[in-house]
Amino acid sequence: MIMSETQKQKWVGKAVPRKEENRLLRGRGKFADDLKLREMVYLRFVRSPYAHAKIVNIHTSAAEALPGVVAVLTGAEIASQTQPFIEIGPDPCAKIKDYPLAVSKVRYQGEPVAAVVAESAALADDAAELVQVDYEALDPVVDAEDALTDKSILHEEAGTNRIWNGVFEYGDVEQAFKNAAYVVQIKKMHFHRFSSTPLETNVVLAQWDNKDDRIYYWCNNSFPSFAIQFLAAHLGVHIDRIRVETSDIGGSFGIKITSYPQMAVCALASKKAAGRPVKWVETRSEHMTSSAHGNERTFRDTRVALDKNGVITAIASRHIDDCGAYPRYEPLGCVIWSQVFAGVYRFKNARIDFTQAATNKCPVGPNRGYSRMQHLWFLERVVDICAHELKIPADEMRLRNYVRPEEFPYTTPNGCVYDSGNYPKMLEVAKKLIGWDDWKKKQEKARAEGRLIGIGIGTTLDSGTNNFGQSQIVNPGAPFSGNSQGANCKLDIYGEVVVAVGSCPQGQGHETTAAQVVADVLNISPDLITVRTGFDTERNVHTGFSGTYASQFAVSGLSAVHGAAQKLKKEMSRLAAFTLESKEDDVEFGVGQQGPELRANGKSINYWALANIVNVNSAVLPTELHEITLNCRYVWRAPFKVPDKQRKYGNLTLTYASQLHMAVIEVELDTFIPRILDYVAVDDCGTVINPPIVEGQVYGATAHGIGAALMETCVYDAVGNMLTSTFSDYTPITAVNMPKVKYGHIETPSPHSYSGAKGMGEGGAAPIHTISAALQDALFDQGIFIEDSFNNADAIFRAVVGREHGQAANLVKLEKRA
Amino acid sequence: MPEAVAKIGIKIIVNGKTCSLSVEPRQLLVELLRETLDLTGTHVGCDTSYCGACTVLLNGKAVKSCTVFAFQADGGEITTVEGVEKSGNLHPIQKAFGEAYGLQCGYCTPGLMLSTFQLLSKTKDPTEKDLRKAIAGNTCRCTGYQNVLKAMTFAAKAMKESNGHQV
Ligand code: FES
Ligand code: FES
Repeated sequence: MIMSETQKQKWVGKAVPRKEENRLLRGRGKFADDLKLREMVYLRFVRSPYAHAKIVNIHTSAAEALPGVVAVLTGAEIASQTQPFIEIGPDPCAKIKDYPLAVSKVRYQGEPVAAVVAESAALADDAAELVQVDYEALDPVVDAEDALTDKSILHEEAGTNRIWNGVFEYGDVEQAFKNAAYVVQIKKMHFHRFSSTPLETNVVLAQWDNKDDRIYYWCNNSFPSFAIQFLAAHLGVHIDRIRVETSDIGGSFGIKITSYPQMAVCALASKKAAGRPVKWVETRSEHMTSSAHGNERTFRDTRVALDKNGVITAIASRHIDDCGAYPRYEPLGCVIWSQVFAGVYRFKNARIDFTQAATNKCPVGPNRGYSRMQHLWFLERVVDICAHELKIPADEMRLRNYVRPEEFPYTTPNGCVYDSGNYPKMLEVAKKLIGWDDWKKKQEKARAEGRLIGIGIGTTLDSGTNNFGQSQIVNPGAPFSGNSQGANCKLDIYGEVVVAVGSCPQGQGHETTAAQVVADVLNISPDLITVRTGFDTERNVHTGFSGTYASQFAVSGLSAVHGAAQKLKKEMSRLAAFTLESKEDDVEFGVGQQGPELRANGKSINYWALANIVNVNSAVLPTELHEITLNCRYVWRAPFKVPDKQRKYGNLTLTYASQLHMAVIEVELDTFIPRILDYVAVDDCGTVINPPIVEGQVYGATAHGIGAALMETCVYDAVGNMLTSTFSDYTPITAVNMPKVKYGHIETPSPHSYSGAKGMGEGGAAPIHTISAALQDALFDQGIFIEDSFNNADAIFRAVVGREHGQAANLVKLEKRA
Repeated sequence: MPEAVAKIGIKIIVNGKTCSLSVEPRQLLVELLRETLDLTGTHVGCDTSYCGACTVLLNGKAVKSCTVFAFQADGGEITTVEGVEKSGNLHPIQKAFGEAYGLQCGYCTPGLMLSTFQLLSKTKDPTEKDLRKAIAGNTCRCTGYQNVLKAMTFAAKAMKESNGHQV
């Protein structure tokens, strides 16, 4: 099926210009904050300056007395009208009471405590300053391992800060260690907290309409079907009473998945304001302190068994994840990493003891590369460190350990099925692009001059289209499994082809790629197709998994679009066969003088005439054709089974795109600034639907990774003050810091998607692995071990000169067995 | 309790149209453009002068409109993204961003195009360093800048070929 489909394709695979551009280039994008409604009022949150404190009293009267203030809401008031949000995890996590405004205590700096609604945004600001909150400070815990001692507990109702714990064990780990020729021990590594933060912050416009008692949202949440499930249960309303619409979204990278608490507050505030629409536009500082961050993770007591050739035979390790103050989307991250349990490597035996802890920091949320990048970084560090200890070159070490091209589809120790790939080939392409041999020579020369130059490789995976059944591995009672996406394809009354999808893109070009797919099915040009994107519950195309997240549109979204287009095509053929008095199989699709048409029997009928029959001229239709509506909804379902919860075993993701990056970095001797001298990104996401769109995703993910590795980190002080709450402190990567990226790609089509495409876009955080590897290569000789994923000049200085961290002698040990 | 403050009368030309307005002293130029004049193509990304999503031209110079009070623009001439095209024809810079896939979500794009506009109105043959410096104050979270730089190169070429007529 794949071959015959792809062979016929005229538009899929081409650099079709983006349909989105016309409005976006002209300042006519429709972003959430661009919308204004009659009688609209503005909401501002009052936020906690403390990381951990009891709320003694909230004084709202001064704010309420300010002319123009419409309503003030507090957590206690919300708690009296609503249910706490659903918790995804089992006990003790399930005992947590999470409300969208803090009720009796605050658990992170920036947590919303009250909300003020006023006639203007400026007035809401003024009024928020008049709300006075009395706090009684409590001991904050900012470190996940400290949190696990339970000396100071965030959620008393849970009784512990331990959100989740589970052991993932496969193969015979003990035996593998017994048989090992070498054992490498790594005491501690740490993956830092950062956010791929979108340029547009969260925006919610909500109306709890007192005319029809429905809740309307215009917002930029990036997983609305998930949000409405949480909101309906929390607000105690029938889910059909909530309507969510999104339009253009200024980036999300996963972060906007978790805006449902703010959505709840806006709806409740609208209710209190007698149904007036309430708008909340998050400031940048609010976004940095209290939207969502990526998961921080510590890797403890890692032991690696290797045979005499440096082939890894087993890994045992203890991982502690930090989810911040409220689990929210967590503890899903406690299993999501295991989609890439083995990374790109062949080892069969492993035991990972995984724990998640709550701390007094901003809650985490799915952040580009969600939960997998931490683990992939860990594995890449392990491979590089073992290579160094065994004196095997980093490239050679990888070749000895990679899953081999002939082994695909490859089943990992935990039952995941890697659909396709060719890692050695990617390595070869990358080496060629960067000029590997040349750099090796230059490096040798530079080292002789005392310069610190390193070359690093990062191989990573971007697993896409989740099996939500993995939620049952963290919570056997969770009611989720599989994955699906919906789409609708119709011939409208005047014959226009209109496609609707349940995704809510943020620049990934869904309008364009969906049109390419339909264009190929109907044999017309994408220009003739209108694609409605942006989420709208009322369009009725979404499923419970609809949204834009987790690298899947090319698979789930486009499969749904393809299915809907096929259905429409079939109906059109049947109808044309009837009017043209031919056999269905003889009907041809094409474009004639009067636009798109169907031909058979020497005659033709255009789209207008076809649509006319069904919609407004239906008396001519024979009964056997009454089922034709030319309005075709299709739901694509991923072929998943529920995983084995006890063994934590099963296929957790449908496609595995892969990336291999290479970097040459020089650490300047006087400033310790790490400078990227050369950078290569090689990508394999199977069959490519639109090459420049894919290339753009690769560059974007690369910038996020380089930013995260060298510039972007969420810093908290010892008492939980967030020190990077503005862009000037957080320093998102700019055009002057971003190196030129040499792009390469290979294509190993996925047997698991109709087109051979794999989901992509998250990029597996390849630059973080690669930069750590290059710095490691540059600094090993200084006795420095890269133990952290964040390495700016300051961190390197503190390691090399200050000897404050990363001392290889203390952290890494090689044991050679007889 | 904040005190009521007198509004200030200002006169500005926005995208060729003269507007007489009265503004609160604390109102920012970006708020005036977006909220009062409904020119929502100018965006806000950081509120603190870092990201350039709010970039507009004030008297031909690229400024961050989140960091200019509305009253400071009094007497000035402003171009926003909505004013870049001429009678429905896209400016070469707009075309170049499209051709080079220089945008994804498009939130940063108006600001990036106006920074490009300022650069190319002064520099006909920008070097790569010029290009990078010109957008140092514009954050894009989607593109990794590579296709933005490509778009700027395309635009420079197109504008040079048309002898800068469109600028
Ligand atoms: S909003 Fe003006 S610089 Fe960011
Ligand atoms: S295209 Fe999204 S921020 Fe630049």
